[in-house]
Amino acid sequence: MRRREDLSRADARVASRTGGTTGAATPGAHLTQVEIPREPAAASALPHASQEPRERRLVVVFASLALLVVGAIALYLTWGVDGHWDFALPRRLEQVAALIVVGVAIAVSTVIFQTLTQNRILTPSIMGFDALYVLLATTLVFVLGSTVAESIDPLLMYAVNAGLMMGAATLLFRWVLGDGTRGLYTMVLVGVIAGTFFGSLTSFMFRVMDPNEFDTLMDQLFASFNAIDTTLLGISAVLLGVGIVAAYRLVPRLDVLVLGRERAITLGLDYDRTVTVLLLIVAGLVSVSTALVGPITFLGLLVANLAYQLTRTHRHVINLTAAGMLAVVALVLGQAVLVHVLHFAGTLASIINVVGGIYFIALLLKEARA
Amino acid sequence: MTSRTTSSARPTRASRTAAVAPWAAAAVVLVLAVVSLFVGVADVDLAGLFTDPEAREVFLISRVPRTVALLLAGSALAVAGLIMQHLARNRFVAPTTAGTIDAAGLGLLTATLVFAGASIMTKILIAMVFALAGTALFIGIIQRIQFKDVIFVPLVGLLLGGVFGAIAEFFAYRNNLTQTLSVWMNGDFSGVIQGRYETLWFAGVVAVIAYVFANRFTAAGMGREFATNIGVNYRAWMAAGLTIAAMVTAVVVVTVGAIPFLGLIVPNIVTLMLGDNLRRVLPTTALAGAALVVFCDILGRWLIFPYEIAVGTIVGVIGSAIFLVLIMRRRNTYAAA
Repeated sequence: MRRREDLSRADARVASRTGGTTGAATPGAHLTQVEIPREPAAASALPHASQEPRERRLVVVFASLALLVVGAIALYLTWGVDGHWDFALPRRLEQVAALIVVGVAIAVSTVIFQTLTQNRILTPSIMGFDALYVLLATTLVFVLGSTVAESIDPLLMYAVNAGLMMGAATLLFRWVLGDGTRGLYTMVLVGVIAGTFFGSLTSFMFRVMDPNEFDTLMDQLFASFNAIDTTLLGISAVLLGVGIVAAYRLVPRLDVLVLGRERAITLGLDYDRTVTVLLLIVAGLVSVSTALVGPITFLGLLVANLAYQLTRTHRHVINLTAAGMLAVVALVLGQAVLVHVLHFAGTLASIINVVGGIYFIALLLKEARA
Repeated sequence: MTSRTTSSARPTRASRTAAVAPWAAAAVVLVLAVVSLFVGVADVDLAGLFTDPEAREVFLISRVPRTVALLLAGSALAVAGLIMQHLARNRFVAPTTAGTIDAAGLGLLTATLVFAGASIMTKILIAMVFALAGTALFIGIIQRIQFKDVIFVPLVGLLLGGVFGAIAEFFAYRNNLTQTLSVWMNGDFSGVIQGRYETLWFAGVVAVIAYVFANRFTAAGMGREFATNIGVNYRAWMAAGLTIAAMVTAVVVVTVGAIPFLGLIVPNIVTLMLGDNLRRVLPTTALAGAALVVFCDILGRWLIFPYEIAVGTIVGVIGSAIFLVLIMRRRNTYAAA
């Protein structure tokens, strides 16, 4: 309660300083109404746009995104069914559901993580989160022994994995992120190499465990887009739901975090606690997506940056939603093209990685020039 | 003698380390090589070599070629890394972090797909062309940006390598070669027998050539103007250096598979101890590279005996861990230098 009051007082200060005319000045108003200086970069680049066209723009963006989502799903569900509805539809619905869960989980975790790290080129995947998940899942089998691990209920196994992941990722990345004095590129490089390190350690453990069972274990532990692990779909959806609710409840705090660590603390935000909670959410969401389809490095980067470009705002309610919708469109359309145009000749992950990798290099070069 | 000040004593100690280091490294390599000759599934001991013809056969057909292959691949990759560091003027540039290894893998895949049944020399040649093109692309990108952060440069290279890797994966999947590709990208010496490793001698010869012309590479690494001023053809020596690195990488990838991070960490550690003089550190770097690969391979043969762990996997774990330490300790001046 006390914190809420602190924050709303901060509200009032910010609102009065920025000459805010919204209801934020009234005591007790909710944090969402803090008038943060929106998109400083865009605002300085563009002629000062009034509120009205911006709102209209958002309506257009979301309307077209919704249309795209519905269109993509309809396309995927109906393409080439040839009247075998009772066979095709349940299977395809299940796949679409999995793709939606994965897409939203990746998009939400990426947007949160980018706000945490204050930049737009770091994502949980690039920092090695999903490699860490695979490593932890492997370690668990390693410690238990593969026969014991196989006899355990997959749901329980998943829960334990996700729990481990949330603990380990939060601890590890709190340490790596440090107090923000490490340079951005150092962090990215550390992340990339940490991912490689986790990956090598995983394959090392596989070899040590039992070279004969290597391949079967590979299949059991590593999901991919071609072998979506649908047994975990239900519990993943629940976890995703919890993650999303938690994320949207924290949206006001995220909006404050965008201002940077110092300003967020000045505004009365319990910085360390908020970061820990957010990292827990990110780790949970990464567990969800990795358990279902395995690691995909560049999807989050693509959809988050596309979302920022489309919405041109720093408000997380908008960005989280737009990124989520974009991810669903990308995955469902990608899968449709893969199945019907390429006839499975290729993998969705490798297509996304080629496109996303080139985009990422372009982003890096642009950042370096700026 | 005793009245010497510390400032004059320091270079003496450094040069003494530099003088001792190659011999110490050579001794370690010798011991490890002997161990490598006698570790394996088949029982081979010194007495057996003279009395048991079967043991002698195993020794000559499998153990000796394997050990020689390890020594050649390890030393050549370390030298390739060292040359690349000097040419790019960045301590963290090596075949792993410049896209060279992944480009070579892509080349090998192309050779396999387009020229089915090509000879090993053709494959090496195509892989080399790809490795060279990939590295040149990387150098081109790096030279075009003005921002030369020591960390930024390898980051771009790693991602470029990732893109090459993803392209390779895409085509491998289409042609049912995913498994083969993952074998290529993970160095393994268990298949090395007489008649199947000899191409590695090319890498060894190239490493020796690198030593002979070490000073030219140092000059080229100083930059275009400096090199031209002292009469060194910058473009030619830059191209020569990159060709050496590409060739070594291609030969190793085609013959035994990729060994990640070796060309990165070995030169870094040796340079940390001995300083930056290319000609002086090159022999020690080569020996240390050989020692590390032989050590990791022995470890791989011993850990899950009678099975084996590929040396690429072990070097991957050790190498990425050491590289992490190298970047994380950035506060002290090493990485920024």
